[in-house]
Amino acid sequence: MRNLLRWETALVFLLIVVALTGQVSTDGSFLSGGNLFYLGLDIGEIALIALPLTLVIVAGEIDLSVASVLGLSSALIGWLWNAGWSLETILPTVIVVGAVCGAVNGLLVTRLGLPSLAVTIGTLALYRGLALVVLGDTAVADFPASYTSFGTTPLPGTDIPYPIVLAAILAVLFGVALHASSFGRSVYAIGSNEEGARFSGIRVKRVKLSLFVLAGAVAAIAGIVYTFRFSSARADNGVGLELAVVAAVLLGGVSIFGGKGSLFGVLAGVLLLGGLRNLLILQDTSTEVLTIVTGLLLLVSVLAPSVTRRVGSLRKAAP
Amino acid sequence: MTTQLTPAVAPSRRTAARRLSTRVGRVRELGIVVALALVVIPTAIVNPRFIQPQSLRDLLLNASIVALLAVGQTLVVITRNVDLSVGSVLGLSAFLTAQHFADNPGTPLVLGIGFGVAVGLACGLLNGLLVALGNVPSLVVTLGTLYVFRGVDYALAQGKQVNAANLPDALLNLGSSRVLGIPILVLVAVVVIVVAAVYLRSYRSGRELYAIGSNPEAATLAGIPVAKRTLTTFAVSGLIAGLAGALWVARYGTVDAAAGTGLELQVVAAVVVGGVAIFGGSGTVTGAALGALLLGTITSCLVVLQIPAFWQQAIAGALLLSAITVDRLLALRLAKALRTSEGTSHA
Repeated sequence: MRNLLRWETALVFLLIVVALTGQVSTDGSFLSGGNLFYLGLDIGEIALIALPLTLVIVAGEIDLSVASVLGLSSALIGWLWNAGWSLETILPTVIVVGAVCGAVNGLLVTRLGLPSLAVTIGTLALYRGLALVVLGDTAVADFPASYTSFGTTPLPGTDIPYPIVLAAILAVLFGVALHASSFGRSVYAIGSNEEGARFSGIRVKRVKLSLFVLAGAVAAIAGIVYTFRFSSARADNGVGLELAVVAAVLLGGVSIFGGKGSLFGVLAGVLLLGGLRNLLILQDTSTEVLTIVTGLLLLVSVLAPSVTRRVGSLRKAAP
Repeated sequence: MTTQLTPAVAPSRRTAARRLSTRVGRVRELGIVVALALVVIPTAIVNPRFIQPQSLRDLLLNASIVALLAVGQTLVVITRNVDLSVGSVLGLSAFLTAQHFADNPGTPLVLGIGFGVAVGLACGLLNGLLVALGNVPSLVVTLGTLYVFRGVDYALAQGKQVNAANLPDALLNLGSSRVLGIPILVLVAVVVIVVAAVYLRSYRSGRELYAIGSNPEAATLAGIPVAKRTLTTFAVSGLIAGLAGALWVARYGTVDAAAGTGLELQVVAAVVVGGVAIFGGSGTVTGAALGALLLGTITSCLVVLQIPAFWQQAIAGALLLSAITVDRLLALRLAKALRTSEGTSHA
């Protein structure tokens, strides 16, 4: 627990360093409202998907299909819009489809006892494939401005983009669910010792299934956000985003083995990655450097606890 | 019941159970062959040109690079790890090899390919050191190095690409020429598969990989150098990815920094379809290579059958899911059979 707190403190410290460096090196434009608005837009989908994925990983599972669900949801929006549906019916439908995608993952994992890594690599291909089947390589872009403006304008009177408002509301809900409810305690219990959790009366399969359903539904919501932000429904929207989200969650201090991590850490991780990305772009750094930095941060985030543990045990061993 | 030592009174039942388990193992590979037949025969009936030597050669050629990567991945997965960085290692090796050949026109073929292999080995060693010594989960480490290697690849390439015109003919011939009618790339893949299969089957350290994957703690207690073996598997996986990168150059001629992007998921899919358990301890390289061939064949069949390309990915995904589902059901059956045979031996 102390280790975890230390990592989150380190994240916040890093965030402050990034913010200050950004502020100084860009003559104050980094923390300006306009730039923060774009920063917020940029991390919207990752922040959204990271929320349920945190719960999934804390429970000791993984879901690599989230970006494909995002793509499928985007493709469905385009297809149904072309078919003449109204957006008021399309959006709930798409979220339900996302939840169904998550339920398929969850059922394969809980009912058949298959490893979630293998299952979601399969559904990663399957859902992306279905997106391509639905929409092919065409793009649908003629959405009404009243919807697409959600992706391009801030909340009136502020610099907060709508996707971030949505992410913030969901973050509070997920935060309460994970950290202040019996449901959340059972998620941690499952992650640290699944058998123990089962013997203490937790309905392990049901909890896990609900986590996968949540991941699917929120990934579909992220698909809606993505579609309106770029005003373009395409089957290949968000390809490869799953790795960025997993990286953000792990950077936030969640253990890949389950049972450890906090939503606060994950949000700090998302912000840190987004902030660095934004800063590097402002300074005209090439995107490849950003890729390297993302990878290195991820490596450091997993190596740090292991190194501190080793140093700690060495110190203990010394007379 | 199960904690007792199984008495020697019922050896026939025990061997029967063991025989069943080997048979199921074989059935796994046979299953892929049957699936291959199920895919190839209808396609051949619809379009007989599909089984002409030339298209069969193309089929094998297309599958050979993924099959190579699947061999390295199998070694890693058997020890209960995973190497997600193979696509990036292949990309880095492919670009550096191509650039090396383009910058030094007189480079002997073997040296140039050796350069690519060395790049891959270095990447694999880094992965292995981080996993074995850093004691961190391989999924996270190789997800990190997936980004790092690809980023280095892009940074070195600076948006340039190496064209076939700048590459020596000897290299390009390697990608297209044949020995006894079989493409050289396919032969290379077969040699690597055979070497790895023999190693895993008949060598002590090869068997130890299975022991590590079945139960890492027991393996440590049994005196197996777990860290060393883990390091070796990652090094070999990197080495093979480096070789695959050099062969990628030979096959495609034109290389930019994006070569092999996203290949890691195809490779893991091939390995899983090939019957290698994702939680370690079981599986063969032959199965994994057949898995790669099956996935590649399905893609080709869909093209021949004029099924829109958009369906390919969905079908590949559905296939992967059904493969692991069937596998799981078989394993449950087997566990049940083993239990009953042991149970009766106590009666």
